[in-house]
Amino acid sequence: MSIENQAAPTTPAGRTGDGAPANLTHGAGASVTMPPRGPEPQPRGAIIRGNHPIDQQEAARRFMAAPQHLAMHDQRLWDLRQKRDKQKDTIEEWEDLRQLASDIKTHTLTHLDTYLEQFERNAKANGVIVHWAKDADEHNRIAVDILKSKNAKRLIKSKSMLTEECGFREYAGDQGIDVVETDLGERIQQLDDEAPSHVVVPAVHKLRTDVAEVFARTLGSDPNDSDVSYLTEQQREHTRPLILTADAGMTGCNFAVAETGSVVVCTNEGNADLSANTTGLHIVSMGIEKIIPNLNSLAVFVRMLSRSALGSPITQYTSHFRGPRRGAEMHIIIVDNGRTDRLGLEKFWTSLKCIRCGACMNTCPVFRRSGGLSYGATYAGPIGLIIDPTFNRHKYSTLPFSSTMNGSCTNVCPVKINIHEQIADWRQVLAENHEIPAFKKSMMKAAGALLASPRLYRASLPMADSALRHIPRFMLYNRMNTWTRGREMPSVPKETFHQWFKRTRGKDGKKKS
Amino acid sequence: MRVGLFVPCYVDAFHPEVGQATLELLERFGCDVDYPFDQTCCGQPMTNTGCHKESKATEELFVRNFKDFDYIVGPSGSCVNHVRNNFDAVEQTDEVKHVREHTYELVEFLHDVLKVDAFPWAEFPHKVTLHNNCNALRGLNIASMTELREKKFSKPRDLLSKVKGLELVDITRPDECCGFGGTFSVFEEATSARMGQDKARDQAKSGAEYVTSSDSSCMMHQEGCARRLGLPTKYIHIAQILNGARA
Ligand code: SF4
Repeated sequence: MSIENQAAPTTPAGRTGDGAPANLTHGAGASVTMPPRGPEPQPRGAIIRGNHPIDQQEAARRFMAAPQHLAMHDQRLWDLRQKRDKQKDTIEEWEDLRQLASDIKTHTLTHLDTYLEQFERNAKANGVIVHWAKDADEHNRIAVDILKSKNAKRLIKSKSMLTEECGFREYAGDQGIDVVETDLGERIQQLDDEAPSHVVVPAVHKLRTDVAEVFARTLGSDPNDSDVSYLTEQQREHTRPLILTADAGMTGCNFAVAETGSVVVCTNEGNADLSANTTGLHIVSMGIEKIIPNLNSLAVFVRMLSRSALGSPITQYTSHFRGPRRGAEMHIIIVDNGRTDRLGLEKFWTSLKCIRCGACMNTCPVFRRSGGLSYGATYAGPIGLIIDPTFNRHKYSTLPFSSTMNGSCTNVCPVKINIHEQIADWRQVLAENHEIPAFKKSMMKAAGALLASPRLYRASLPMADSALRHIPRFMLYNRMNTWTRGREMPSVPKETFHQWFKRTRGKDGKKKS
Repeated sequence: MRVGLFVPCYVDAFHPEVGQATLELLERFGCDVDYPFDQTCCGQPMTNTGCHKESKATEELFVRNFKDFDYIVGPSGSCVNHVRNNFDAVEQTDEVKHVREHTYELVEFLHDVLKVDAFPWAEFPHKVTLHNNCNALRGLNIASMTELREKKFSKPRDLLSKVKGLELVDITRPDECCGFGGTFSVFEEATSARMGQDKARDQAKSGAEYVTSSDSSCMMHQEGCARRLGLPTKYIHIAQILNGARA
């Protein structure tokens, strides 16, 4: 649930002005020149093996082994980060706004019951039918029941992370409902049967040649034509009739305003309006944390969302859905799916402040180099590292280690979530709950014992005549020397500082003349 | 002023010259410096991996070594940040609190405590680019951050501007993490090395002959990457430049 957008509105290529999806440049990396020998195949995401902990590093390694994908992905997202910085520089009260946004979210999350009930009352008064779902299954069942009761066969859907989280598309498909994504990037991902790799730009990891391959395979377009206008046209020609003949529409929700009972969806392609207004039935999937008190607070978030996400002042569309159109029906499914449990986690509950802007992903140097699919989870990047383990502590136990904890994510976050500190906190929780590999734990035990003893520590240091002259044993982590795969070893000096000090100054510390 | 010299384990083992420069520099400014012989490490490698219990005894040893000093100064933002901001495995006694509050990274100690306004002995006629360790930057706040809307400042730049002949040049992504990340450099080796190589390329492109930083750990990683790529850039700790190293 976020900006249903695959491209910043200012990018030149592609079709605009006639309601067509903007263009492919962001998702498709139009600026990368092709090699002579045919396109570089797209590296795929993490290998999922049941409940086994995700090996993010393995998938990252494959992504980094694809130089064009790596270069395009890193540069695209870095561009977004820089545009975001420029926007931030135009607003004098930027840091105050971040504080205000954080305060509003904190306040709402600590009065969730009050605001949710107020929202429900007002939505009902507006003629909306409100449902409550405690988990993904219940959400999916409620949505499909509504569709079935209307005999709806085709659902047009705008991008929503919550429905990804619930696995809704697959569930609905199994129930005989044809789901068509209306966000361009999300549609590309749907056609490729691949999850979105980023909350705002879901196909950002794909080169346009990848898109050409997907469209050739699924829409029958020319596999050798990766021209952006051509690809956009192909998609549009294919999808528009499906949209126009759909039976129902579904959107996510960026903000739910308690005071008015309305939901607000921010998009650049206008596809939420398409999903909501083309048919007589509009279903909204909304997480309980999307609630905000009133329109005044909405103004704060609207000023920050697109600036943080794409570095544009505002999304092309900020659509308010207050109630059903005449003769139509509108349903809102309010979903918990683990959120109240998360709210009870002392160190991690503030992750619920997240407005899914993706800024933390754009700035994350690990994310930019490994791609969102390397995380093997619905939520990738910094925010993913701190919420994925709340869904499955074992499967996602490795993710908080896929970070240098450099803190840039925390600094760009518009709602001031202390992301890198929560990553550190998760490491502690996981280590204490035996969710880190046994070899890591025993290494750390050994290192801890060694470093607590000056005598053992000294004995472990490299000596000119020792077999360990290249690196101290505790840094080697028991021969697991991966250091030299991509780097040279530091050279070892003749004596340590300690030895030098002892030799030149003696134990009393006074200079020897 | 009694100053305890904190020499992090990798400086002790790989870059003794950084410890020496730090010691001499502090003595030039009249500090009464002592080097506690029984020091080992700050405990960061274990805590960084989530193993706080395993870090407790090391943190206690650190406190025993340094509790009697007015200030504790070390040439590493990352280790100092650990002591000041993350030293939570030990019980928070008055001694521990004293140590946490009085442990300084060398640059901020020179800049904020000693308020040094000249390094008459220092001359470094080279093009230099500055690398700020992420913990020193975002944890200790030794400079303003590109992500935030705040007044621009940089303590290491202030100090380097007092060195004769030194010319500072910028890289394209100044605040980007270099990928060292402590145990990350070993456990997530591929991403770490790639980030380091990208950083080393950016540094080389800037035309700098030297990279300097107040943290040897990042530079050890960056230098390893630069050597692997065959780049000519040289790496030198800021303590050495400020102490009058010529090249
Ligand atoms: S954690 Fe913050 S920066 Fe990341 S997506 Fe959420 S709101 Fe945006």
